[in-house]
Order: sequence, then structure tokens, then C-alpha cells
Amino acid sequence: MTKTNRVGPHTAGMLMASAISLGAMTGGALADGELNLYNWSNYFSPELLERYEKETGTRVTVDNYASEEDLLAKLQAGGGGYDVIFPGTTTLGVMVEKGMLAKIDVNQMENFKNLLPAFTTIAGDEDRTYSAPYMWGTTGFTYDPAMVPGGKLEDSWKAIFEPADELKGNIAMLNEMSDVWNAAAYYTGVSKCTEDPAEAQKILDVLMAQKPHVKLYSNDGTIDRMIAGEVAVHMQWNGAAHRVKAEKPNAVYVYPAEGTTFWTDVIAVPKDAPNLEEAKAFVNWMMSPEVAAAASNYTGYSNAVAGSGEFLKDDLKADPAVNTPAEYNDRLRAFENCSPASKDLREKVWTKLKS
Amino acid sequence: MTRAGKHTLFRILLIGPALLAITVFMIVPLLLMAYISFRGRDYSGGVLWDQFSAEAYVRLFFERELDGSLALNLNYMFIILRSVWLSFVTMVISLAVGLPVAMFMATRDAKWKAVLVFMVTLPFWTNLLVRNYAWILLLRDHGTINSTLIWLGIISEPLPLLHNSFAVAVGLTYSFLPFMVLPIYASLEKIDLRLVEASFDLYANRWQTMRRVILPLAYPGIVAGCVLVFVPALGSYITPELLGGGKTLMIGNLIGFQFGAARNWPFGAALGLFLLALVLTSLWLYARRYRGELEGGR
Repeated sequence: MTKTNRVGPHTAGMLMASAISLGAMTGGALADGELNLYNWSNYFSPELLERYEKETGTRVTVDNYASEEDLLAKLQAGGGGYDVIFPGTTTLGVMVEKGMLAKIDVNQMENFKNLLPAFTTIAGDEDRTYSAPYMWGTTGFTYDPAMVPGGKLEDSWKAIFEPADELKGNIAMLNEMSDVWNAAAYYTGVSKCTEDPAEAQKILDVLMAQKPHVKLYSNDGTIDRMIAGEVAVHMQWNGAAHRVKAEKPNAVYVYPAEGTTFWTDVIAVPKDAPNLEEAKAFVNWMMSPEVAAAASNYTGYSNAVAGSGEFLKDDLKADPAVNTPAEYNDRLRAFENCSPASKDLREKVWTKLKS
Repeated sequence: MTRAGKHTLFRILLIGPALLAITVFMIVPLLLMAYISFRGRDYSGGVLWDQFSAEAYVRLFFERELDGSLALNLNYMFIILRSVWLSFVTMVISLAVGLPVAMFMATRDAKWKAVLVFMVTLPFWTNLLVRNYAWILLLRDHGTINSTLIWLGIISEPLPLLHNSFAVAVGLTYSFLPFMVLPIYASLEKIDLRLVEASFDLYANRWQTMRRVILPLAYPGIVAGCVLVFVPALGSYITPELLGGGKTLMIGNLIGFQFGAARNWPFGAALGLFLLALVLTSLWLYARRYRGELEGGR
């Protein structure tokens, strides 16, 4: 969902990481324990890996993928020999369904008790047999107080779906079907997995009424667009909002009260993992507060481990866009794997919006 | 082996590589696409290979109601019509700009001609994506054009130049203009200038000379230029995405969407084939008309 934003222009780093992992793999055969991670590039702290190697004596290597389609394709082809992977919710669902993951009983692990309650279950792996949460983020909107009437917007999708006159033509939306559909569903009070055409029509009505006031739909350059003041309000992912604030400290990231989508990337183990025991130990280790905080400090996204807050870097800790205040917890809405009928409706609405 | 047999073998060997390339890079992918368009849809992406379905083609014109009955749905046709319209506008503007440019180039000295042709091809040295981003910098609210106009006092509020069909048309015209200029230039350059002199000798004025002598001789170049602009414009993806602000889809974006977020590969393949059929049909009609005109003129 947010992958393009996260990975960005890190090809060089990715190539280097791959080269290093190749070297490490050949030498690694001699070590006691081994662990092969397969992850997005620049999505895991190198220091944390070093620390794990020191603490456990396990030799860790990392390989990178550029899209979840790559990850899926490689595992389906049976290649890789990976022990730990980091899929998003959609891919997790597919992998569980197709029997591609090892049953590692995360819910029985020692550190499972550290998880925030909202993350003890996930669509596709309801009782956490296969996966532990890694990073998560939200989709809300950001505004520049200097550019909105009265210097403040209410915590509601209304501000963006039925904008004040001053904001018309000054709004940017994400060009991401599921995020836009979800937001409109929360706003109209319709289930985002609805199979009822009449309810889908309500969502379409909201989006069509909003469209003349939208300057553009785009996933790229959302940070620059806010910093340059090209729009006053931008539907945005929270990691991007955090980076807007680095330049525009007054910018506000809103968790709309009707519902704010949150996405999760998980840690899971492929079925044929060569080092199953090491992988399990690693998953458990990742759920300890200090480790999770170190991971967040590197990625800039939130983790799902209670008590990790105090180990976060100050600028992350101080930013409510990243360190979600507890009072907003009931606004967060998890990913749901909707039925094909519902996906068809969503797609129809999106096509009508753009035709 | 007979002499004729040897000759045939030799010919096959010569044509072989070209045939192989066409088979591997064109015919096989097309057949694969056609095959996929008749397979079932896997909602998690990909294709149900063992399942036959013509649903993708039904979807081009109809949508299914809850009770399974079909209702006419022209959304996709609107998107395709808009693509055709925008490509047509692009073609007309390119022709209006490209023809004078080509004439100017064709009437220079040989030394200048080489320089001018080089300059026309210069933009190809930069990636299309980068050139589209450059247009964003020019057209946006605080961009070069708006800031200049405001600085000159001509306007007080920025003009809405970006994120609309206008921006898409500008971007497409810019991207494909060289494809119009070069073929017209090539056919104009071959014109015997004595024919123009003869036309003037026979008391034709400038306009008549242009219409009755130069344009008919440049016609093959104009046709080639129009085709070379219209066809790639119809399938464009980057320009509507970046300059159009994602507000309206062109058929290229629609196809991309089917293979991405919508995860409907068979429908994406069917759309691709539909686009191909559209292009081939219009080319065929065009060629027929063109040929008819030539024969009628004789």
C-alpha cells in the first residue's frame, strides 16, 4: 500500500546490501546458527542486525525485494532459502491461504504479551499463528494551519470531502484506490467491505461531489507538495506527514474521527525455512520493546510493541503523527480482506470516479 | 540440391533472424495476451489457467447486476473515447506546428539541415519521465510560466495550467512532435523545387501552390507523421498520470490499473487487445481512404 513511499530511491543501497549478503552467505555456512532475512530495502536497521548477531551468535544475512509481487513470486517458485520475510497484510492473506507459511505459533511466544491489544489479531491470521507485527502506519490527512480558514480543521473527513470555500481546489488526495475508498466509507458510515451497490453508490456520490475541488490525485511528491504550499490539505501516510513536519513544524496530521485506516507489515516464516528454530527466536526477539523501538528509529514508522515508546528517538516520540496518542486508538481501523463482490464494487466506483 | 532449392534455403536463412524476432517478441506475447484474456480471474493477482471465461469481454460494455443480469456500462468506452479524442487533438496540434517547422527545415542549406534535424531529435536524449517532470515545473502554480506572468503584472492569480486535460495535451504534443516533424521533413526534402517554380510560372499564388503542389507531394509524410503521433499518444501512460493529476484515466492507465490495484489480468489483457484492434481498424480505414483518393486522382 505505502511501499513506493517507503522504499524510494535506495537502489544503490539495495545493491550493496545484496552484495554483502552474497558474501556473508558463502562464509555463513561455517557459523553455528544461520538466519536469512528477505525484506524491503532500507527497512531494517543494520545496527540491530549486528546486535542480534552479537547476542545470539547467529549469523544473519539480508536480501531485498522491490515489490511484494517479487516476494510472492520468489516464494511460489520455491527459491530463496529464506527464514524470515516481511509481507504486508494483503500478501499475508494470500500466503496463509496458499499454505506458504510455517506455523510458528507466535501467540505462544514469550514476548507476545508485549503487543498492543489491537495487534494481537490480523485479517488473514486472526489468532497470530503465522505472523508477528513489524511496522505499521496510518492514512489520514495533513494540513498547513496558515492556509486553512481559522487556522484549524476539525478531526473529520468532512474537512476534506466537503471542503470550506477557501479550500476548494486546494486539496490533494492519494491516488490509491483502497485508501480513498476506505476514507469515503468511514465518512458515509458504510462498511468498507460492503457488497451492496446502493451503499457503494453513496461512496461514489461523496467522491464525485468532492472531485471538482480536488487539485490532483497522486502518491508521489506528497511531502514536497505540502512543503511548497501547493495545497493546503493533503491526504497522506503518517510517515510522509512526519517528514513534512521536519520542514513545516506547524503542519498538523489528522486522525479523522470517523475512522483512520492503518496498515501493518508483519514478520513471518516461509514454510520451507531452513533455520526454523533460529527464525522463531528472531520473531520473539523482535517483539521486545527496546528492539522494536530501535527498528522504528531506523524506519521512521511505528511498531506494535507496548513500552517501546520510551526508547524512541525524541523527534519520533514527540510527533503524534508517528507516536499515535492513546486517545486516538479507537479511531484506527484495521485492514479487512473483502469479498470479491466487494472488491468489484470498489473497482467500479474507482473507474466511475476516473471516467 | 537444385540451384533453385539452394536459393530458397539461402533466402530462408537470411529472413530467419527477422522472422524469429517477430515470432518471439511480437506473435508469442500477443497470443499469450489473447489466451490470458479468455482465462478466469484470480482475485489475488494472476490468472486461473485452467478456467475458461469470456467475462473480460463482457465487461468492456456491460456490468453485472446482483441478480446476474447484464446492464449496459459505458464507463470504459468513455475512457477509450477520451483517449481517442485527446490523441486526435495531439495529432492535429502536432501537425499544425510540425508542418511549418518541417517546411522551414527542408528549405535550409544542407549544413543547416543537419543541425536542425539534430536539434529536433535532441529531446530524445532525456528520459520521457524526466521531460514530463520538467513540464510540471513549468506549468504548476508557482512554476516558471505563472511566476513570469505574475511578475509581468499580466495576471494576479496563477492560471490553472497543470492537472487537467490541457496539461495532458501539452505534454503529449511535446512528447510526440518530433515524430510528426521528421517524416514530413523527409518527404518535403525530396520535393523537386522546380515544380514549385513551375506552379508560380503558371500563375498559381502562394496558397494555390501550397495546396495543389506541396501538400500532395508531402502527403505520404503527413500520413506517416499522423500515424506515428496518434498511435503512441493513444497508449500513453506517464503523461496523463503526471500532468493530468490522476483525475481522468486514459486507456493506458486503465490497463495499468487492471494489472496493479484491480488485480484483473484477463480484463487488462482484453483491454490491450481492444486497443490494438482499434488502432488496426483505424489504420486500415485510413489506408483504404488514402488509396481510394490516389486512384480517384488518376
